[in-house]
Order: sequence, then structure tokens, then C-alpha cells
Amino acid sequence: MATMIQAIRLALHVGEKRHGVTDIFGQDVGPPLGGVFTGTQGLETAWNTPLDERGIVGTAIGLALAGQRPVGEIQFCDYAFNTIDLLKLAGNTYWASGGDWNVPLVLMTPVGAGIRGAPYHSHSFDATATRIPGWKIVMPSNPLDAYGLMLSAIRDPNPVFFLMPKALLRMKARPGEQLPGEPDEKTLNQMIDAPLGDRSAWKPRWPELEDLFTPIGKARVAREGDRVTVITYGRNVAMSLAAADELAADEGFQTEVIDLRSLHPYDWEAIVASVRKTTRVVCVNEDTEITNFGEHLIRRIVDELFYELHAPPKLIAGAHIPLIGLADNLEMASVPQKGGIKAAILDLARHEA
Amino acid sequence: MLRARVLEERLITMYKQGDGFFWIGGPGEEAFSVPLGLLVDKGQGVDHDYMHLHYRSSGTLLALGADPVDSLRQMKNTATDPYSRGRNFAGHFSVRKWNVVPVTSPIEVQFSVAIGTARAQRKATGAKGITIVQGGDAGTAEGDFATALVWSSRKGSELPMLMIVTNNRWGISTSYEGQHGYTQIAERGKAFGMPTRVIDGNDPEVTHQALKEAIEYVRTERKPYLLEAMVSRLRGHSSASGANVVKEEPDCVDLFEQKLEARGLLSRKQIDEKRAEYTAELSAAAKRVREEPMPSPGSIHDYTFADVNHVGGES
Repeated sequence: MATMIQAIRLALHVGEKRHGVTDIFGQDVGPPLGGVFTGTQGLETAWNTPLDERGIVGTAIGLALAGQRPVGEIQFCDYAFNTIDLLKLAGNTYWASGGDWNVPLVLMTPVGAGIRGAPYHSHSFDATATRIPGWKIVMPSNPLDAYGLMLSAIRDPNPVFFLMPKALLRMKARPGEQLPGEPDEKTLNQMIDAPLGDRSAWKPRWPELEDLFTPIGKARVAREGDRVTVITYGRNVAMSLAAADELAADEGFQTEVIDLRSLHPYDWEAIVASVRKTTRVVCVNEDTEITNFGEHLIRRIVDELFYELHAPPKLIAGAHIPLIGLADNLEMASVPQKGGIKAAILDLARHEA
Repeated sequence: MLRARVLEERLITMYKQGDGFFWIGGPGEEAFSVPLGLLVDKGQGVDHDYMHLHYRSSGTLLALGADPVDSLRQMKNTATDPYSRGRNFAGHFSVRKWNVVPVTSPIEVQFSVAIGTARAQRKATGAKGITIVQGGDAGTAEGDFATALVWSSRKGSELPMLMIVTNNRWGISTSYEGQHGYTQIAERGKAFGMPTRVIDGNDPEVTHQALKEAIEYVRTERKPYLLEAMVSRLRGHSSASGANVVKEEPDCVDLFEQKLEARGLLSRKQIDEKRAEYTAELSAAAKRVREEPMPSPGSIHDYTFADVNHVGGES
């Protein structure tokens, strides 16, 4: 079964071969390394840039304006903050020019905690991204969605953030979730993973994969339930599923887990359907809690579904602290963990209406 | 040049009469901006020149063939403004059919964006199109200027990019000496191994020749070039500082008129008649533009997302 990072690499390959991708670029994205997480190994159009995030985003915009199909990478989202005005520019050019110039680009960047990444390899970017209108924002929680969302992002005529939950990049697909046309695991690894050490003579052998376009703006019900709704994405999906399974076993009630997949546009219909059913909701994500995307969802839920709620909505998010510390205890205390999610679901389930 | 000057004067008048909220523009850069517009390979796509201009580029737009009335529309922020549909300040041009990339208010971002269009042109086999990017002197303190120097000059990956600095020796109220320790900005290009040149941007004969040579170099060599043109800022930074006439700096339109008179190519009477004709034309147009529809409140959501890839050739 492909890992998420393999699925992303395969989607980029399909993008180059069939969907017009012209440039895949960023720091250490081209040969010999092929990305610090191996996401761009062996790709034909991958090239290395100077260590200059502003240049990467500016180049992506310029290539897009010139009719190309660029996929840029910021090596860690922690280093994207000096590009904010260029990100705004990518998001506002179509609007500001009154529909004259659209900006079809993909910007991928690893986000979030979970690998003991210390202060500057643990940032989240989802709240910041949702503050930049004009972008579509996707964040997969599994290899299959990573593949399908990347292909949709490549085909979209607008700028798309592809947020990669870095703790999940080595996660394998679950049974039944293999990519369309994917060979067995050992064969796949031999075909597309570069050898360690000297790889100057290495070339990948790409499997014949079929297209899959996971629609941007469409959530996935990752687990059905009727008692509580968890709205989450990325790394926290697997955590929420585990919490829900444990509660089902221990407490005997079923929790619904919505994997949002797209943060903008987001699937309001799926949220409404689930919250109407369960009447209890918690939003879970890793970004810092003040002005958090989950806060927006809760505000809208309160605005539009107030009289259907049987408990006050909750937000489980990252602590509002400057950075995430390295030590185990520090990282675990800084971002949501399974225990906290479980406690919040239980609290909602027990709340008397 | 004269028509560009009269256009800017009309825009300032419109601002002062309440037919617009803010003025910024290019009086004092016409001797540079007009020849630039005359020399570019105008068209759409990588086979033609991309222009990443700034908000003092009205002369370039007119030389390309833009209708000056469209600038009035943007000043009046009407729905008929073809550059931004009433959304942006004067001088914020956007013309995809001529590769004029939208002018931005953030200073110098165009130097990072230009790398992308230049890279697309570098890849296109046999293409002669180049990327032209222009900004002022104060903006070169931004990191994007260094970004353009670094990315355009990498060995084996050089970009067909003409970088232009129009140096009016001001950044709003900050003097040139207040922010630059070096004598000329063009000096910075030398460290990157690219040809550089400093010219008198107030003399259209000088600028035309220098631009022609620089464009030719970039077009044939497919490598970067840094050109610095010394220009004037004849109405201050913008309407925020009053947009009043600055008498201490050379006026390129006056100087060129004197030259044409001295050479017997045009008489004072002919020049005055031309000026009166342009003034009347734009005065009448400003009155007409006043009657054109304003954008509707509901239009704020339009063009947030594209449904088709216009820049990719879809329509």
C-alpha cells in the first residue's frame, strides 16, 4: 500500500504526464534529493530553487500567469510566513484584475506537529491559509485522498494550497484504499523509491495509474455515528477515529467523524447534515486556538443551527503559545491528542439537553 | 509624451474635483515610459514580451495603444474600468491580451513574479519573448529586488529578463541618500555578472536608444540586464502629498518640446495646439465617464474564483 508521500509523488507524476504540470520546484525538490520527505523523487519537471521562499511563490505566480502549470513547494510551512503578501497576491490577482488573469498554481507544504519537530518544524498553517481569500485549501488525511486531491488541485484554474500533514506522510493506505492501478507494496517501492546513497544513475519506473479527482470542497464521512459529530482534517482524523472507536467500545455510543478534506471551499452541507443528526459537535485541529478555523465553523453552526444544538459546541485546538517545544511532554501538551479529543466527545455525549 | 502628461493632469484634476479618491501616476517618467511602450513586442503569451510595470507607467500603456479614457474610468472607479472594474486605484493597469500583468500596490513584488514569466519564456524553444520588470528606486530595498538578481543570473539557468529601475531619488518622503549607501542601484547588478547601465531618463532620445539596446541584448542572449533611468517626480508621490507641481526637477516634456522647437521640427504654436486638443479630448471624456455606471454592491463576490483557465488558453 502506498504511503501518503508516495501517493503525492505518484499524483505529481500523473500531473506531469497527463495534466500539463510544467514545473515542480522548491528547495531540494529536484535531483539529487527529490524533496526532504522524498515527495518529488524522480519527477521529470522537478528542479531546485535558491533558498528563497519569496522567490518560490513569486515564480509560481509568474509561471501560472504565463500559462504554465506550476507546483511549488515551501519545505516547511514554518518558512512560508515571509511570503504572506505574495500569497495574498496569488489569491487576489483574479479579483483585482476584474477577471482578467486567473492564477492556476499549487503550493504544497508540510504542516503540523507529530514528528518532534521543535519550534520551527511544527507550525500549522490552516488558520493562516483560511485568512487569505482567493485560495482553495486542501489537506488530506490518507494516501488515497492525497492522490485525488493533488490531481484536482493541479487541474484547478485557481491557486490551491496543498497542506501535507507531515506526521502522516509515511502512513500507509488502509486495506481497500489503494490508488487506482497501484501495484503491490514491494513492487511499488522498488519501482519509485530512489536508493540510498548515490542515485545519479537511478531512474524511477512509474506504474500505470488511473486518474482520480477527489472534488475540492467535498468532505468525507470517515466514520458514521449518531451521538456526537467531530469535524476535523489532516492529522487529527486518525486520532479522532481512534477516540471514537474506543468510546464505542467503552461507552456504547457512536461518534460521527467528518474529514473535511477541503478547508476552502468547505462542505457546509455535510456539516449541517451531521450536526442536525447528532446535535453535538466538536471541531478538532492543531492550529493555535485564537482565531482558529474551527472557531469560524462553530460561529456559523451557532448562527444557523442554534436551535438544533443540544450542547455547546467545543473546539479542541493547539495551545495559544508562541511555539511548540521539542521535548515529548511539551509537544504532546501543545497540540490535540487522542485523550483530549475523547474527553471532549464524552463530555458532549453526556451533556444534558 | 505630451498626451501621457495631459492624461495625468486630467487624472489629478478629476481627483481634485472629487471624481476619484486617490491619484498616483507618472508625471516625470514620460521620456522613459513612452519609448518603453513603443519598443516592446506587444502580444499575448510567451512568444511576446511580458510587462510587470508599476503605478507610474501610464506613458507605457498609451504607447502600447491603450485608450486614455480607460484610465479616467479607473480614476472614477466605474464598472466600465477595464483594468479592475472599479476596484483599484488609478495607474493599476492589467491587460492580458498585451501581457501587461496587473500592477500591484505592494512595492517590488513584481520582481519576484517576473521570474516566473521569464522562466516560462526561457523554456519555450525558439521563443523571442522577454520579461520586462520595472520599479522605482526606493523599492529596490525590498528583498524581491535581490530575489530577481539572484534567480535571473544563475549559471546555466539565466533568465531573459530586463530589470528596470526608474530612479526619482524619492520614496514618498525618504530621500535617496536616506536609504541607499551606494551611488547607483545599477552597481548591484555587476556582482551578478549582468550588463548594467545608468541613463538620463529625462531624454527620450537617450532612453529610446538605451532601451533598444537592452531589449535586444535580453532578446538574443536570453540573459538578464539591469537598467537604471534617472527620472523626475513632478507631482510628488501621490495625491496624499497634494499632487502639486514640483518646480525644482527637470520636466522631460518641456525639455523635449524645447529641443523640437530648436531643431525646427515643431513650432510652439503646433505644440500648444496639440496640448489644447488633448486637454479638450480628455476634459470631454471625463464628463462622459461621470455618467457611466458604478459597480453594484453585489459585484464584490465576482471573480473570486475562476471557473476556466483563461491564462491557459481556455475561454
